[in-house]
Amino acid sequence: MTEHLPILLIVLPLVAAPLCVILHQRTAAYTLALLVSWITFGISIALVAQVNQTGVIRYNLGGWAPPYGIEYLVDSLSSFVMMFVSGIGAIVLVYAPKSVDDEIARSKHYLFYATYLLCLTGLMGMCVTGDLFNVFVFLEISSLSSYALISLGQTRRAPLAAFQYLIIGSIGATFILIGIGLLYQMTGTLNMADIAARVPQENGPRTVLVAFSFLVIGLCVKMAVFPLHTWLPNAYTYAPSVVTCFIAATATKVSVYAFIRVIFGIITPGFAFDYLPLDTELTILALVGIFVASTAAIYQANVKRLLAYSSVAQIGYMILGISMSTPGGLTAGIVHMFNHALIKGGLFMIVGCFALRLGSVKLDDWKGAGKTMPWTSLGWAIGGLALIGVPVTAGFISKWLLLTAAMEKGMWPVAVLMLLSSLLAVVYVWRVVETLYFSEPTAKVLKAKEAPLGMLIPTYVVLAGTFVFGVWTTYSADLAAAAAAGLLGATP
Amino acid sequence: MIKFPIIRVITKLLIPYILLFAFYVQFHGDYGPGGGFQAGVIFASALILYGLVFGLDAIKRVAPPIVIEKLMAIGVLVYAGTGFATMMLGGNFLDYDVLEHSFNHKYLPGGQHLGIFLVEVGVGITVTSVMTMIFYAFASRSRFV
Repeated sequence: MTEHLPILLIVLPLVAAPLCVILHQRTAAYTLALLVSWITFGISIALVAQVNQTGVIRYNLGGWAPPYGIEYLVDSLSSFVMMFVSGIGAIVLVYAPKSVDDEIARSKHYLFYATYLLCLTGLMGMCVTGDLFNVFVFLEISSLSSYALISLGQTRRAPLAAFQYLIIGSIGATFILIGIGLLYQMTGTLNMADIAARVPQENGPRTVLVAFSFLVIGLCVKMAVFPLHTWLPNAYTYAPSVVTCFIAATATKVSVYAFIRVIFGIITPGFAFDYLPLDTELTILALVGIFVASTAAIYQANVKRLLAYSSVAQIGYMILGISMSTPGGLTAGIVHMFNHALIKGGLFMIVGCFALRLGSVKLDDWKGAGKTMPWTSLGWAIGGLALIGVPVTAGFISKWLLLTAAMEKGMWPVAVLMLLSSLLAVVYVWRVVETLYFSEPTAKVLKAKEAPLGMLIPTYVVLAGTFVFGVWTTYSADLAAAAAAGLLGATP
Repeated sequence: MIKFPIIRVITKLLIPYILLFAFYVQFHGDYGPGGGFQAGVIFASALILYGLVFGLDAIKRVAPPIVIEKLMAIGVLVYAGTGFATMMLGGNFLDYDVLEHSFNHKYLPGGQHLGIFLVEVGVGITVTSVMTMIFYAFASRSRFV
């Protein structure tokens, strides 16, 4: 059965989703979703181990040999991304039931869990497939289900935010599809490795240029790279807390993964960064994005929106690493995907705890909550430290790697600007800490109880992860380094 | 009380042929243009036409939303179940070749033919029910009213 693991990773959540609909009973649907998400996590860990031992795993769908059939391909990069995506998906489901009870109508629970599993299917599928058109299909599966998940939010602005995301996201997806279509026209194949071998790159034929531009812009929309990030703050703010935890930690990261695949797996870095000035453009966009979004985060009154802007800034760090296109920079970009998924997942889980007990995510309503909800408040402080990048946290590892990579390349201004931008993170994290610990609690906050253990324990597991991976980097930075080496060395 | 008798009579005359054509497109998809998606849309269009002419209550007696919701899921399960069956028989996921000699050959087609057929049935069921569900979502004021 082990040779079927790559497909089981996709098919198990895909089958569990309709089963949830048939079960129609909320507890049964939840149990099934929880079980399947943990099995998926287990499979992806097994795949990481297998890839480490035996190298790339290939699986031909339907027994058709590539490039004619669809090929699923697990290498060090995709197994690494799948591991943390499924891990976050599984642990958020452990955390979910109380928050879902509170924020989503009971009659829709089974549909919520079904959609959640579909979203997981799409995200995992984007990672595992070696077929460019398949990437688009899975991208649409994950995007459509995330529109539905976001629209489940409590306020009436949630459907509007989801609709806004739907429009912008569909434009992004269309751009990607146009890019794929043009590449198909040039090469007559959809298998990524096969496209890479066949696409003519000398002097950049115009069709390839146009295809590449469409792909890059479409993926930038999906990644929420500044200035194409406008859908993200609303979507994260108005979605139910559980949905925000899951999507914020995974969706944009998987798009970053697809972006890395396009640049390093299909179009060579030589074409993107030497023939075209994409590296300079990305560096500038990333830096401007980091500063604009971090500054915007400082002025937010809504904590979810604050974190959403912070996410836009953090995407900037990943893009910065990728645009360096050195082993060091790429490692930093990839490991930051992992670290940021942990950190931002944990912080949004903290916000969910506050939302459950205080019924609000406005900073003003959290005044003095450090007294009545000490563990939740401490959790924010811990996650905040990791977000800033204080030593012994995961955030420090990725910033340190990024910094050394920038210095190796002699990009001193970039290194200085990065350090300055961390100060902005200090400001917006501190604003919340100050409100929690150094404000007079309101009557409502004084009546609030500590968040239930069922939510606190998974949150603290994730937050503990930020410390574990801040010290012990065998399974974060080392895997990322192996992935980066694979991308740069063995570019097909 | 009966309004628009011509529309009602013509609709009743047309619906069997629309359904029949849907089945033709479904089953002939193995040999010619067509397949599960197209057949599903045609089948749903018959249901929707019925709903437009005879009202939401009538169509909900024919195709209760709760059943339609289950069918949406069952279609996907038929598709994935075919894949699992091929895996159990020792092939890769959706490798129809292993279906060749597994079932009664007298009545059932084998191999790629049977595999495509099952998968397209799954697609047809899901597309029919999803199209109908979209119609319910637009036509009903709230969910399942």
